[in-house]
Amino acid sequence: MIVTIKDIQNDIIDEFSMFEDWEERYQYMIDLGKELPLIDDQYKTESNIIKGCQSKVWVHAEMKDDKIVFTADSDAIITKGIIAILIRVFSNQSPKDIIDADTDFIEKIGLKEHLSPTRANGLVSMIKQLKMYAIAYQTQLN
Amino acid sequence: MFNVEDIRKDFPILSRKVNGKPLVYFDNAATSQTPQQVIDVIVDYYSNYNANIHRGVHSLSQEATDKYEQARKKIQTHFNAKFSHEIIFTSGTTHSINLVANGFSSILKQDDEIIVSALEHHSNIVPWQMLCERTGAILKVIPMNQEGELVMADYDKLLSKKTKLVFVNHVSNALGTINPIETIIKKAHEAGAAILVDGAQACPHIKPDVQALDVDFYVASAHKMCGPTGVGMLYGKEEWLNKLPPYQGGGEMIAEVTFEKTTYAALPHKFEAGTPNICGGIAFGAALDYMNAVGFDVIAKYEHQLLEYATEKLLEIEGLKIYGTSLNKTSVISFNLEGIHPYDVGTILDKMGIAVRTGHHCAQPIMDYYKIPGTVRASFSFYNTKEEIDSLVSAVKKANMMLA
Repeated sequence: MIVTIKDIQNDIIDEFSMFEDWEERYQYMIDLGKELPLIDDQYKTESNIIKGCQSKVWVHAEMKDDKIVFTADSDAIITKGIIAILIRVFSNQSPKDIIDADTDFIEKIGLKEHLSPTRANGLVSMIKQLKMYAIAYQTQLN
Repeated sequence: MFNVEDIRKDFPILSRKVNGKPLVYFDNAATSQTPQQVIDVIVDYYSNYNANIHRGVHSLSQEATDKYEQARKKIQTHFNAKFSHEIIFTSGTTHSINLVANGFSSILKQDDEIIVSALEHHSNIVPWQMLCERTGAILKVIPMNQEGELVMADYDKLLSKKTKLVFVNHVSNALGTINPIETIIKKAHEAGAAILVDGAQACPHIKPDVQALDVDFYVASAHKMCGPTGVGMLYGKEEWLNKLPPYQGGGEMIAEVTFEKTTYAALPHKFEAGTPNICGGIAFGAALDYMNAVGFDVIAKYEHQLLEYATEKLLEIEGLKIYGTSLNKTSVISFNLEGIHPYDVGTILDKMGIAVRTGHHCAQPIMDYYKIPGTVRASFSFYNTKEEIDSLVSAVKKANMMLA
């Protein structure tokens, strides 16, 4: 069975619906952020960095079997936790599916404030960057 | 008698909730809250005498002009300027600094030197860098030490006959350090240089006397001292303001215009092109009235108590480090928890209704000095309480537990 981006997003919404308050939600994200070594140190380069005013984000992409594998990291743990969620959604998907996907689920799991353009934590730029990679790889495939 | 509970009743915003919790507002160094007395003045202006100033023959315009000029006098009195035309209304501190920097671009020459301090806000660094690019002047920096104080011995070494200008903030926005501006001003003048002091962070806590200080330029923003955003002031000694060319061209700043030549208006109008923030200027005056009624001595004393209490309580938290440990500080505490990013701490605090600032506070050189990405900054005002500090302390403990 093919797991689509929508399926993963729905899984995440289900998981988050079990949390009773913000503390549980944030503790979960913090734990996600702590657990995952998200990016190989060699890709933590100046050219892979997205500078937010508040936290930094690194993103690396490579193509494997017509799917894009993303790795990413941040110096702030809550940002990193959200990155872990975004990677779970967007990594190992085809360029076309990534281009077509939306990020409405973020609002449904109560994290909308972190994706506000004024938050300046690098996450909005990160999503743009994921899409840009997808467009670039899609162009290569054509 | 100062009673903080009475004071708090003047600030409607302090009774609201954020994320379901009572608001604890500790971001006063970014912007202060507005008392009802000032809000009433703003409402009254738009309800009763909104008109353009200095040009109308009609009554409303006259009334608005009178009130606006009264506000200028209030500012003059507050800062003890010699003349009211030495007070220029601007859109805020940044605008004031740019106005002076721009003026000096016609005065400075190649290889002239200007000195800034390592404790500056970006708004007091970038305009001078731009000025140096335009004129070929050289920017020198007074270094800071671990306590977050300026190294005055190095300032002495930087001063020379080549020094034309010195720029320093009265109080550091990122750390709260009160700089020894009396000495800095005196030494700048001994070297034959002009001096601008950025008072944005000082004016909410200290009442400066520009004549006693003998400062050439002093700048401040209304929104940090219980006034509205988008309005501020530039104080300049008359002789300096006459020397500087106008900043912007437009209406209001002219005496006579023909296509051959325009002559400029006298001070202060020479620097006030276009329709100003009339309501803002009047409300700025009302904010000064309010703060003076509370009393700056009382404010300073109470805020110092808050600072000491918060410092003591916060330092009890394991792994908490305070940046900026000068004995001479306003009520600002910049801190980090060991191994934890300030953004994460700020996010958790916000969830608990506590507003602090996180990040580099537009003072990246200070963060680079300490080799940190930023800090959490809690800044207290005279309407804050010890109970609110207790809430901050327990929220920081919780953040430490969740994030460690």
